Parts: sequence; C-alpha cells; structure tokens
Amino acid sequence: MTWADRVSPTVRAIPPSGIRRFFDIVAETKGVVSLGVGEPDFVTPWHIRESCVYGLQQGYTAYTSNYGLLELREEIVKNCAASYGVTYDPRKEALVTVGVSEALDLAMRAILSPGDEVLVPEPCYVSYKACVSLAGGVPVTVPTKMADCFRVTVAQLEELVTPRTKALLIGYPNNPTGAIMSKAELEAIAAFALKHDLIVISDEIYASLTYDGTHTCFASLPGMRDRTILLNGFSKAYAMTGWRIGYALSNADFIGAMTKIHQYTMLCAPITAQVAAIEALRHGQCNMLKMVEEYNRRRRLMIDGLKTIGLDCFEPKGAFYIFPAIKQTGLSSLAFAEELLKAEKVALVPGDAFGESGEGFVRCSYASSTANLSEALTRISRFVKKYI
Amino acid sequence: MRELLELLEKDHTLTVAQLAVMLDKPQEEIAALINQYEADKTIVKYQTIVNWEKAGADRVTAIIEVRITPQREVGFDAIAERIYRFPEVRSLYLMSGAYDLLVIVEAKTLKEAAQFVSTKLSTIEGVIGTTTHFMLKQYKEAGVILEDEEEDRRLVVSP
Repeated sequence: MTWADRVSPTVRAIPPSGIRRFFDIVAETKGVVSLGVGEPDFVTPWHIRESCVYGLQQGYTAYTSNYGLLELREEIVKNCAASYGVTYDPRKEALVTVGVSEALDLAMRAILSPGDEVLVPEPCYVSYKACVSLAGGVPVTVPTKMADCFRVTVAQLEELVTPRTKALLIGYPNNPTGAIMSKAELEAIAAFALKHDLIVISDEIYASLTYDGTHTCFASLPGMRDRTILLNGFSKAYAMTGWRIGYALSNADFIGAMTKIHQYTMLCAPITAQVAAIEALRHGQCNMLKMVEEYNRRRRLMIDGLKTIGLDCFEPKGAFYIFPAIKQTGLSSLAFAEELLKAEKVALVPGDAFGESGEGFVRCSYASSTANLSEALTRISRFVKKYI
Repeated sequence: MRELLELLEKDHTLTVAQLAVMLDKPQEEIAALINQYEADKTIVKYQTIVNWEKAGADRVTAIIEVRITPQREVGFDAIAERIYRFPEVRSLYLMSGAYDLLVIVEAKTLKEAAQFVSTKLSTIEGVIGTTTHFMLKQYKEAGVILEDEEEDRRLVVSP
C-alpha cells in the first residue's frame, strides 16, 4: 500500500481545484496580463490597515471568544439589520470565521449526515461541491444555462430533489457568471425550500457588488431567517481577501453547532483581522461605494469590449466577473485559456474549473486597471479572429 | 457631470469611446460635454504629474507666506495678480490666518528663489512681509503618492 493509498478515500475522490491546475500553467509564463484574479485590485483602504496596526500597538494579540469579538458581531448584526432588515442576536446567532470558505465548511459539517444530498446550482465557486463531499454529503449539480441568465429555477430544483435532499447551496451574485437573482425568483426558491423542508446556505459574499437593482438577502424572505445559514465576509466589499474574515448568521442551534466545530479546529479568527473588520464596518462604506462605482465602469467596458470582439456574452449584474461563451471558437475552455495564454499572454480561467456547466465559457475578472482591461481586450480580439 | 470630471482628473488619456462605455452614455454626449468643459474652463488643463527627483532634475520649491495691505475696492486681488503673473510662481492662494497669500515658487537654484523673493516679491507695493520655507522632499502631489511602493501583490490566477 502506497502513502497515496492511505489518504482518505473521500479526499482522493475530490478533484483538485481547476483554478489551481491552470495556475500552475500560468505561473510559468512571464509578462502576463491577468484577468484571472478573483479578488479586488484595490489594496485594503488605509484607515482599515491603520486600525489593525493601532490594534497591535494597543496589545490586541490574544485569542478572542470562539464566536469572535462581541464588538465585531454587534457591528455585523447591526449592518445586516440596516441593510436587509434581518435581525440576529449577536451573542448566539453570529459567528466570525476565517473567511467565508471556513464558514461554508462549518455549515456543511454542522448540518450534513453521510449521504445527505445538497442541491448546488452550477457554474459555482470551486469549493461548493468539494465542501459538501468533505462533510460526507452528496453534491447534486443543478446546471444553469446562459439562456436563463445563469439563474436557477424551481422547475430544475423540483426535478432533482429527493427524500435525501437536506439543503440547497446558492451564491448570488454568482462567481463565476456575475448572475444575480431577483426578489421574486428568490421567493420562489424560498417556497420550494419550505415545501421540501430544506436548509438554505446562502453565500452572499458579493452582495455589495450588485450593479443593477438591489441585492435581496435570502434570510430576509418570509420564513427563511431560521432556515437560512447566511454567509458573508469582508474580502470582496472591503478589499480584504488576505485578512481571511468571514461570518455566518443563523438560528442559535446552527450557529452553536458550527461554533462547536470551529472551536475544535480554528479556535477563533485572528484578532488583528477582527479589529480591522470592525473599522471596515464602522467607517468603510464610503471607500466601498467608490470601489463598486469603479467596478461598474469597468464592467461596462468589458461587456462592450467582448461584444465588439464577437463573443456571445451574458451581461453580468454583480460580482466582478464576466463569463463569455467561447464555443464559437471550437475550442474547449481549457484549450482556449491555454492557447490564449501561449499566443497572447492573457490569463483567464477556464469555465470548467467551476463545474461541467462552465464548459464552453471562460471567466474574466475585471478587477484590474482600465489600461490592463483594454490591453487584454485587444489581445483577446487578435486571438479570437483566428477562430471566428 | 461629476463622474466624467472625476474620471478625466484621474486619467485624461481615456478616450471618448472608453468614457462613453464606462459612463453608459452616447459618445456624442461625452464629446460635447468635454468640449463644453474645456470651453468654459471647468477643465482648465490636462496635466502630467512628474516626480522630478526621480527624473534627476534639480529644482527648488519655495513656499512663501506673504502679508499684504489690502487695497481699496480691489482688496487683495490687484496685488495677487501682480504676483501670479510672474512665471516663477507656480501656485498662489488667498489664505485666512496668520498671513494673506501663499505663494509657491519654483526655481532652478536656491539662489534664484531667494532672488525672486528679495527683488521681485518683497518690493511690490503693499507687501508688508514675507516668510520663505524651502521644500525638502515631496511625498504627495495632487492626490498622488509619488513613491508609492504599493504594488499588485495578487497571484496571477486566484479563486
């Protein structure tokens, strides 16, 4: 028996992240213009960084409560109530985690028993299905299509729901498509969840980056507050990816269960980052709105640019990604990304990294300077002309 | 249109086509607005900010506080005009507080700047006194940090 054979079969069964695989190829190429970055190109606003440094000077270097600093939880809860009208008890119904990634893992482990099924609309963030599997669950893919604006419908969910279905995992605005869901569409999903007694894990990390219309918080829908595990964090809205601060809001039982796992694994999120997160919530709105305004301008630039090139392109309404179809070129997603990288040194992410439903598309991030975006569009145009 | 002006202030190399897409307006409208702003001097000038220290050019910047006697009917304006017409004067502001005018002068050498103060500025009728400060180092100009060491530290591809 080799060492590899001794690795847990569950872990062996999970494919490595498609992004990681492509990253290895990109890492060997020099002078790349990258649209492959899934994080803001802004550095964390200075006042947030400064508050962290000040916190260190004040001696904030110890463990915090497993739930996180109460002051931070109070700010999170206050913010959620002000933005979406959903109220939580900061003492029992809020948990500060190491990024939304940890919150997602905790949510899955807290609710799933072996064999429980979780409905996961695709294309989706790379770790959704893996987290379900790692928690012993079975991810059930719900493919969404460009023709439906990458939105999941109740009809699709009804087809795939079984007596083993325990939960539904959604993330809108969506990474990688930039799709959002309207309030009415989410209400229909909520009714479906009630009908089948499902828990809904709603990853709303891109909520602040909604350009057309307003974001609907899933927990704000009738009957959904206690049925929803709401996940959010500071990475995208406040350009704080490396700080790894996220949070979960839900009923005390779910949060209590998640905290139990959290205390035996992470113990608590880093205090320095928690101190910075308090500052972000208290005084970061103005900077955040400026960033959103800037992303929106770049979004228009990318939509226009890709359409001019002739790529069939769904118009994203949230996050900072655009997901053009590249089927017309006759190349697979991976081949397109590889060939583009070789020929023009532009890095983007093959759509199949986000599940099989992403095949035939590529993810372009517009969290990059206007000059970079223009250069990338020129190069993509040159490349695509060879094929269409 | 505040957004258009902000974009141009940040990067005047953006083309009309790019601006039109970014602001979701027709190109003609953007072009007309720019023309109008240029004509009515809302847009005064398109400027490049140069870090002269890095360019290896020797320059001296003097920041001079000037106290003056305001004149009947024209107040501070007539003396201010006499001062800002000098090509050495880069900026001039009317201030409240301990002095009246703040003059920023650029010269090739310390001697040249000193000479400007002693022979041209202090001899203007109505100028009561001057205090000259020499700038030692420039950290930030027009909102831009000149030696910003913050670079893109992101990986080329990330989730």
